[in-house]
Amino acid sequence: MSNNTAEVVIVGGGIIGCATAYYLAKLGVTDIVVVEKDFFASGSTGRCGAGVRQQWGLKMNVLLARESIQAYENLNEELDTGMDIEFKQEGYLMLAYNEKTVEQYRKNVALQKSLGIEVDLITPREAREIVPYLNIEGLLAATFCPTDGHINPFITTNSYAEAARRLGVKFMTYTEVTGIEVEKGKIVAVDTTRGKIYTNKVLNASGGYSREVAAMAGVELPTYPERHQILVTEPVAPVQGPMVISLQHGIYCQQTPHGSFIMGFGDPQELKEHVISSTWHFMEEMAHRILPLLPPLAELRVVRQWAGLYNMSPDAQPILGEAPAVQGFYNAVGFSGHGFMLGPVTGKLMAELISGRQPHMDISPLSLERFEKGELLREPSVV
Amino acid sequence: MQDKDVIICRCEDLSREDVRKLIAAGYTTVEEIKRISRCGMGPCQGRTCLQLLAREIAAMTGKEIADIEPGKTRPPAKGVKLGALARGREEHE
Repeated sequence: MSNNTAEVVIVGGGIIGCATAYYLAKLGVTDIVVVEKDFFASGSTGRCGAGVRQQWGLKMNVLLARESIQAYENLNEELDTGMDIEFKQEGYLMLAYNEKTVEQYRKNVALQKSLGIEVDLITPREAREIVPYLNIEGLLAATFCPTDGHINPFITTNSYAEAARRLGVKFMTYTEVTGIEVEKGKIVAVDTTRGKIYTNKVLNASGGYSREVAAMAGVELPTYPERHQILVTEPVAPVQGPMVISLQHGIYCQQTPHGSFIMGFGDPQELKEHVISSTWHFMEEMAHRILPLLPPLAELRVVRQWAGLYNMSPDAQPILGEAPAVQGFYNAVGFSGHGFMLGPVTGKLMAELISGRQPHMDISPLSLERFEKGELLREPSVV
Repeated sequence: MQDKDVIICRCEDLSREDVRKLIAAGYTTVEEIKRISRCGMGPCQGRTCLQLLAREIAAMTGKEIADIEPGKTRPPAKGVKLGALARGREEHE
């Protein structure tokens, strides 16, 4: 920085921070500094399962995801950086093993269809036509949306950053935010390990650290970190098109375009703190849960496992908007495991809000105030 | 030999030319290059390539190789079949 000031400082160089920087610059706000503690996508973004789906049970989630996926479909052309985000758009197959889930999926499909999503409730036999080695014992039904898929989070985030940089955005990587200065209820500066930046607008896009960053500005967030683990196998020839997901088993499994299989499960016992080590328990439990559904995977070698943080909110829905108590402090946090897939739409909405425009979708249900008012959102279809 | 014919990462088929392009584009740590190119993410677990990668970074950035962070080592140390993991769990149940 030449003059130590910026119109907007973005805390966090993950998908949310980099996408918002790009869309803000596109709207003409180019005096932006993105401050990232390590490197792009080094936190939750680069550790995620990389799936993107529109099969949700809440109208708002379907709309957010639909717009994000449409943006991802055209992102290589839009950003024009020469990078390929590796969008494998071969669907999500969601399995239902009890009547309650079938009933929920029937409602979800009706909602999704009414919003223009290509999706169907299908029979076990039809599910096996999509994934031929799927064990359909006990399976009652499934839903399939062919336009869901898988995207490379590292390349996507770097591509957004590169496109934003071309528009004039400055990035400070390997730089940590150490304080946020507030005077008379307004943001005045951000302190970093490489100096102070005077600004009146801060976007908190710090993922797993959202609560700690907000606390620097005196804003209390109800978010918390929760460890989630993933493993990946050696690559093999392409055999599985869609992400296979079972909410009852709490598992998801996808073959990446590169050929490796990536999988994880939701574990209610997981640590709710800043720990990203991986465990042997996870490896065994994952193998135990996935093989009954996809038996041939028994022959694949696991080559790596890792962990990352979900940034959980009390209702597992994001918190978007300006904090009521501090003028100029914006949050785009609490994605609860779905931040990567909502990156583009979140970036656009936050850019509109921060640049003083009316957001093109009503995001007031996602405000921080909803927790005080008790207006929690309930998404029925989460891992 | 030309840079495009010198292999740095055998598992992911990355040449010295590929790696040098990334370093020139500003990706100057092992962790970043690993994520953007998959260098070191194959079945060999980075045993050969990550040292070669560190050497390329040192050469192009003018740093000592001892000052190049080696990157995180992740389990398992050797590939293990999912079937073996599932059987292991059954045994100590």
